[in-house]
Amino acid sequence: MSKARLATAWLGGCSGCHMSFLDMDEWLFELADLADLVYSPIADVKVFPPDVDITLVEGAVANEDNVELAREIRANSKVVVSFGDCAVTGNVTAMRNPLGDPLGILEAVYVNAPDRNGVIPAEPGIVPPLLPQVQPLHKVIKVDAYLPGCPPPADRIQRAVEALLAGDPSRITGEDIRFG
Amino acid sequence: MKNMVVIDPVTRIEGHAKITIALDDTGSVSDCRFHVTEFRGFEEFCKGRPVWEMPSLTARTCGICPVSHLLASAKAGDAVMGVTIPDNAVRLRRIVNLGQIIQSHALSFFHLSAPDLLLGWDSEPADRNVFGLMAEEPELARRGIMLRSFGQGVIESIAGRKVHAPGILPGGIAEPMTEETRERLRENLVEARKTAEDALVLFTGILDDYEREVRAFGSFSSLFLGLANDDGLWEHYDGHLKMVDSEGTIVADRVAPADYRSIIGEAGRRDSYLKSPYFKPSVGPDEDPLAGMYRVGPLARLNVCERMGVPAADEALAEYRERAGGVATSSFFYHYARLIEILAATERMADHLANDDVTSSHVRARAAVNAHHVVGVSEAPRGTLFHEYLVDEHGVLTDMNMIIATGQNNLPMNETVLQIAREWIDGPAIPEGILNRIEAGIRAYDPCLSCSTHAIGMMPLIVSLVAPDGEVLSEVRRG
Ligand code: SF4
Repeated sequence: MSKARLATAWLGGCSGCHMSFLDMDEWLFELADLADLVYSPIADVKVFPPDVDITLVEGAVANEDNVELAREIRANSKVVVSFGDCAVTGNVTAMRNPLGDPLGILEAVYVNAPDRNGVIPAEPGIVPPLLPQVQPLHKVIKVDAYLPGCPPPADRIQRAVEALLAGDPSRITGEDIRFG
Repeated sequence: MKNMVVIDPVTRIEGHAKITIALDDTGSVSDCRFHVTEFRGFEEFCKGRPVWEMPSLTARTCGICPVSHLLASAKAGDAVMGVTIPDNAVRLRRIVNLGQIIQSHALSFFHLSAPDLLLGWDSEPADRNVFGLMAEEPELARRGIMLRSFGQGVIESIAGRKVHAPGILPGGIAEPMTEETRERLRENLVEARKTAEDALVLFTGILDDYEREVRAFGSFSSLFLGLANDDGLWEHYDGHLKMVDSEGTIVADRVAPADYRSIIGEAGRRDSYLKSPYFKPSVGPDEDPLAGMYRVGPLARLNVCERMGVPAADEALAEYRERAGGVATSSFFYHYARLIEILAATERMADHLANDDVTSSHVRARAAVNAHHVVGVSEAPRGTLFHEYLVDEHGVLTDMNMIIATGQNNLPMNETVLQIAREWIDGPAIPEGILNRIEAGIRAYDPCLSCSTHAIGMMPLIVSLVAPDGEVLSEVRRG
């Protein structure tokens, strides 16, 4: 049987969900027998590859780069998983939403706070503009499975990945999809 | 744009960033810049929230070093109450921070940088990662994974969880340590220490093969900032601010963390969400903040301290200084310094666990709001971290500023990528392995970009090569 093609990606999050993924520790060796990691922030492939079986997406959609990557992921993945509370609900990343237009936040942080060269970062093509409101992943692309938690603990991630590799996302139930 | 290479995103770092490389008419490098591309805005949305909530909320700036934020924030909370926390709460917080130094440094060395050092700069990009390492060097990879796991386990057993632990609070720690935990950690420490020692032997064994990297991976004079204590020993939790230069001369000392603004300024940049802190006294009103460039983190801490204060790490430090010729000024030495810090952390932790008071149940002080303007500081794996809060009589934040470790390395990271680009790039056709070296220059700092923009999310890294007329010649990007 050929190995599954697994990817992980991060959008607007804190990398905690990826750290929890690495907390699967020695099970990572077993995972390596079941799947190839074809794209991930911890690997060097820089363009999202085609024909990915499962992609775990950490983080909410916060800027234009995130939207672009989310769409590439959707176009090239069979199963997309909202991985952690930021992807599932927006979570901490979305806490800027009630403050409204991000311009005001950027002004406070980049123009008023520094003691020199106060300027709003905006280099075209380099610094991605922020979206007016941070969105959970499923508002931007179709999501096939949800794995809540901030971050989801390693054993839950392991059970979810096992279920997905077995082609049965309905096995992700009970405690494993409880919030908190 | 012509003649600009963009590396996007920079991979095997913790966050979203890009690198741009600009070439002149003759095809040689005219500039190279590091850009951080994410922003979350903690400093704004934390306003109006209670200070008691800050540890668990600000931990979410970073999943790699949440303990640093928990500590800086809890210490700011101690200051709001105006309490001296119980001795054993300090001890337990120190053990948790040592656990974090071990797990974060293990991640940096084994999971993120070892693929370059052991598989090669020019090895196949698809395999140049921790899974490639697991296939090629399974025993080394396994030990690296278990070392990180040990550090994460220390955090979990004292503070309740591996990532975003709830047990570090204003006033101390939520739960005392049980005798059982103490014994388990002492047992597991044996293997952790052995792994740290073996990693040092491995690294010093290959260091001579990296003569060119030592010379060109951010080898320059700068200032170095870290926490220091009265004994001159390596410090990771408390103390005052100390700054030394590349000759080892002290340029600032005994600065209270609460007065950090007297020495640290922050400059903005149009092409990055990462601000550039600088040493204020070195920069005249019309001068470039670059004149006040300083480095933080393992390299800086080892330059700031006199000794590690534990025997094996002190021996390692002596050899390190001999190899560096005194003050270490090459950022390639960050890797080396990190391994010495892991070793020191295991020795320090053993000392704390040997103290019978470590299981004492007095671990928390309680009080109401007594101070309204406070600064909490800690040494994060990547360098000195500041949380500054203004609170009202109910403990609700009215203003806040965070100076993140990685941000303080922004100026030196830019100088480093420029130095590497100039050393290796010769004309517009840039082999992938050279671009990887430039990224590796950033990896040496182990930047944590989600943190550094306090920022919600990560930074992708792009490297672009740009001609003088602005044409983008090539671009490497991971999105
Ligand atoms: S869900 Fe929590 S751990 Fe995961 S990225 Fe968001 S804040 Fe970090």
